Amino acid sequence: MLSVALRHAFAGFTLDIAFTAPPGITALFGRSGAGKTSIVNAVAGLLRPDAGRIAAGEWVLLDTDAGIRLAPHRRRVGYVFQEGRLFPHLSVRQNLRYGAWFAPRGAVREDFGRVVEMLGLGPLLDRGPGALSGGEKQRVAIGRALLAAPRLILADEPLAALDEGRKAEILPYFERLRDEVAVPILYVSHAASEVARLATTVVALDAGRVVAQGPAAAVLGDPAITPAGARAAGAVLAARIVAHHDDGLTELEAGGWPLFLPRFAGQPGAAVRIRIAAHDVIVARTRPEGLSALNILPGTVAEVRPGEGPGAIVALDTPAGRLLARVTRRSAAALGLVPGVAAHAVMKSVAIAPADVGAGPRGPHVPRPGP
Amino acid sequence: MTDWLGPEEWKAVALSLRVALWATLASLPLGVLTAHALARWTFPGKHVLNGLVHLPLILPPVVTGYLLLLTFGIRGPVGALLADWGIVLAFRWTGAALAAGIMAFPLMVRAIRLSIEAIDPKLEQAGATLGASPLWVFATVTLPMALPGIVAGAILAFAKAMGEFGATITFVSNIPGQTRTIPSAIHAFLQVPGGEGSAMKLVIVSVAVAMAALLGSEVIARRVAARVGGA
Repeated sequence: MLSVALRHAFAGFTLDIAFTAPPGITALFGRSGAGKTSIVNAVAGLLRPDAGRIAAGEWVLLDTDAGIRLAPHRRRVGYVFQEGRLFPHLSVRQNLRYGAWFAPRGAVREDFGRVVEMLGLGPLLDRGPGALSGGEKQRVAIGRALLAAPRLILADEPLAALDEGRKAEILPYFERLRDEVAVPILYVSHAASEVARLATTVVALDAGRVVAQGPAAAVLGDPAITPAGARAAGAVLAARIVAHHDDGLTELEAGGWPLFLPRFAGQPGAAVRIRIAAHDVIVARTRPEGLSALNILPGTVAEVRPGEGPGAIVALDTPAGRLLARVTRRSAAALGLVPGVAAHAVMKSVAIAPADVGAGPRGPHVPRPGP
Repeated sequence: MTDWLGPEEWKAVALSLRVALWATLASLPLGVLTAHALARWTFPGKHVLNGLVHLPLILPPVVTGYLLLLTFGIRGPVGALLADWGIVLAFRWTGAALAAGIMAFPLMVRAIRLSIEAIDPKLEQAGATLGASPLWVFATVTLPMALPGIVAGAILAFAKAMGEFGATITFVSNIPGQTRTIPSAIHAFLQVPGGEGSAMKLVIVSVAVAMAALLGSEVIARRVAARVGGA
């Protein structure tokens, strides 16, 4: 468990935050300028905050009241930078081994071969970083951070510099990291879809303040919390693959209800998480008939949040989980959508792209023995 | 080579090579340290240090030589101290190396400083987050990445040391076999009738050494840059 409390005055902007990060991926989620990168830099020791306390379990990295400020090289964080920052004068293998060399003798280390296999780095080992693609560089950067025997992994928008294809290539590796490595991961992102796919816990930030923190489904399902803007609002459902059908659809089960999505890879029985964008959900007071949409879930309105423009975000509690729907304020009024009324959520199957589907956590984390 | 050069001329060439080599090798660690300090550290008096390093470039060499004589002469404050330990620099080849090293120092520091400044500090930060202490970051990131500049700076300093005249002759005079380097020898040969032939041979040697140093530094710097660049 990582706990972070920081206060730092920048020119024209103050950071004043506190949050805790349990094992798994904790996403620092917010638009640019919210202070996300400053937080990870303070955790890594690259920024000296005015005041604060950062501790990973019993191990204190920073405590300004007690006069503790560990130097960056003593903090044992694995930092995956946005731009990779591989050492150009070293081969991929030497880059990967760099951190292990400085790790304390008793540190619990990841196995080199296992990390190389997990990140698919085998064919790259003897190349120089200059000869790698953007996606390959980030994979090496992840491996390098992991092999430094860190107690904590920091990732600062590790996908922001990559195009969509490369992002899709890297995301599964972070899912594996989340599910297979017991070290807590702080993951900075402004992209709602990334956060929805990866995060176990979400810390939503705005203008240097924490506006919400908690389990991903709860924070992303809160219509008041839209750090990336109302257009990017969307809830996360946990589901299980039931079957792949011949007509190109994959059937899922969420809370006992079937969902049909365009086909994506995955074994029947596997846990997945799906992000359903608020603008892809239609709300109906009665169960609609003669509709082409395949997914209709009954539910109850939990909250209606009018936006600044003509829109409103409606939170619906359904048996499959919390859903968000973006409707106009006029429709919300015309339908009488107020908390407590029954309503149906309607989703077009084709609206959900395969990129919105990620692997679900594979059961409880096995904590590694601490040094 | 020894046949073509007379014993006097050969002595001057050998002495020059020895003086320039020692001047370069002895000042290199200090040059790298100074360049790193000027490029990366913040400390009070940084501008003063920068000025001091560049002073020999701007002062008349004779002035530098005279100041060396005042400081490192047997009666000078440092010279007297060193003399107690049996180290005498004035009028010795070691003094010639000191003078050449000091005159070449600004060129060396400048080349190395530029190459250190060209390294992205974010790479050094990355090294720190991976557990490398500042000294290890310097040894494993900064130093190897600055290698082309260090090689170029060393070769530039070597060539400058080979040609140093003003400060050398003022500090250690022009003693055959002890402090008569190539430039001093050329100067001496030109003072006596019939010395032009010897002077011309030394001129050719000077040009050859300078050209070889420049070409060599190009080749080495390019090779190192290719390796460091990861291409």
